[in-house]
Amino acid sequence: MNGKRLAYLDNAATVQRPVPVLRAVDEFYRTENANPHRGLYELSVKATERYENARHTVKEFIGADKDCEVIFTRNASESLNLVAYSYGLNFLHEGDEIVLPVSEHHSNLVPWQMVAQAKGAKLVYLYPDKEGRLTDDEMEKITPKAKILALAHVSNVLGSVYPVRKIADKAHSVGAVVVVDCAQSIPHFKVNVKDLGADFMAFSGHKMMAPMGIGVLYGREELLNKMPPFLRGGEMIEYVHEQSATFAPLPQKFEAGTQNVGGAVGLEAAIHYLQKVGYDKIAETEQALLNYTLDGLAEVPHITVYGGTKNRRDRCGVISFNVDGVHPHDVASILDADGVAIRAGHHCAQPLMDYLGVNATCRASLYFYNTREDIDQFLSSLKRVRGWLGLGT
Amino acid sequence: MELNQIYTQILTEHNNSKRNKHHIDSPTATLKGVNPSCGDEISLELRVKDGVIEDAGFTGIGCAISQASASIMIDLIKGKTVEEAKKLVKLFLGMIKGEITDEKQLEPLDEAIALKDVAHMPARVKCAVLGWHTLENAVEGKKVTEE
Repeated sequence: MNGKRLAYLDNAATVQRPVPVLRAVDEFYRTENANPHRGLYELSVKATERYENARHTVKEFIGADKDCEVIFTRNASESLNLVAYSYGLNFLHEGDEIVLPVSEHHSNLVPWQMVAQAKGAKLVYLYPDKEGRLTDDEMEKITPKAKILALAHVSNVLGSVYPVRKIADKAHSVGAVVVVDCAQSIPHFKVNVKDLGADFMAFSGHKMMAPMGIGVLYGREELLNKMPPFLRGGEMIEYVHEQSATFAPLPQKFEAGTQNVGGAVGLEAAIHYLQKVGYDKIAETEQALLNYTLDGLAEVPHITVYGGTKNRRDRCGVISFNVDGVHPHDVASILDADGVAIRAGHHCAQPLMDYLGVNATCRASLYFYNTREDIDQFLSSLKRVRGWLGLGT
Repeated sequence: MELNQIYTQILTEHNNSKRNKHHIDSPTATLKGVNPSCGDEISLELRVKDGVIEDAGFTGIGCAISQASASIMIDLIKGKTVEEAKKLVKLFLGMIKGEITDEKQLEPLDEAIALKDVAHMPARVKCAVLGWHTLENAVEGKKVTEE
């Protein structure tokens, strides 16, 4: 990039895809492409099988009870909107509370604002401490008024790994439904919906090496069954009359229109790829890179890192920082000229930016394919940033 | 794109200087400009009398390109008529879009020509034009004055 070696450190936005995933999608469209669930001919049956096999792979991967608890969507945002529109708008009432950390990505925050406004419910925020942790005091805000607890497994800005199970147990003890956004966790470590205590769980394929445009919503069967459809149209119906319709059983009830079968096939290939590499190996590699990066950053003057730097076991390789006196966009442009790709901005988490008292941050995020060479390139470019702006180094 | 074409002395001087970055006395128009995707925010103040921009200043937060661009713009429009300012905005936007490249034609932009190469940085175009768009909206009276 820009004539330099690319150090891709924007993995929290999307990761790069490996050949087996690209090949699986290509193969599907070359040899098995047809519209699933309706054709009576062999090719369509094959496409249906591929799609449903992918669903089964996801079910096993996340530890769900049944295949029908896995709904394919476009991404985590759509999954979370499905829950907000279909569950939130129908089962929340005036005075109910929706509890969520202030660090939530807009995708797990703005849909809940919509529900709160429509139903007269209230948003109650949990505030992480300086190390990015949610303390027990904050959990006291989860009272019997809480009907929804929405939280990310890993913060996309701070990199904090939240103790989902502990918070979920507290939420369940007061009768709240737990919605977990695993978009930033599932690419990096094993996620099991039972262990998390998730009633709903959402993630995007593209952050875990699958193609863009495929995502998953997991929901407990009992909850999904009582929810009305989110989108209506083809494939999701049972009988349609002039004035009314009945709907297909799960999971088709929530999958209107022709689905992204190529994406589902790619997601299945990505799951197999990650399993082959092994989550233990991924965690080990990323932890070593994270330590190397944080230690390196500590050596660079004029840098502020947000989120935990001491307790590195409870955080992922998402590192938000700022350079004194330099706006994050200038930092990103200067790094870009050196071939280093990082994100700069509010990271779809404006309430968190307000809470941190910053306008925007820079964010470097790691994946297991990154190397020390990438980090060295990043750090050496970072050291030159202030010089470009006439601020000395 | 070489960084030294963008992070020039003119740009860093304007970015580090507070010369035009302040409130002005009795503004006749105050307008906010935002880049929602970046979180950049500036507030432009103008005092217009008999069609002439007597004084101008800005406050807010943003990257070096947005801040320097706003500061350069203010140097340029102070003492000019609203009509002249409108022409400069048009010229500047044309330059940043890469539509006007002729040096002779760009001459009236003076120091703002230092931002010419932003045309080759699509990700930064909106930073460079923030102040100018705000000025355009302010003189067109597109939005009601807000404090």
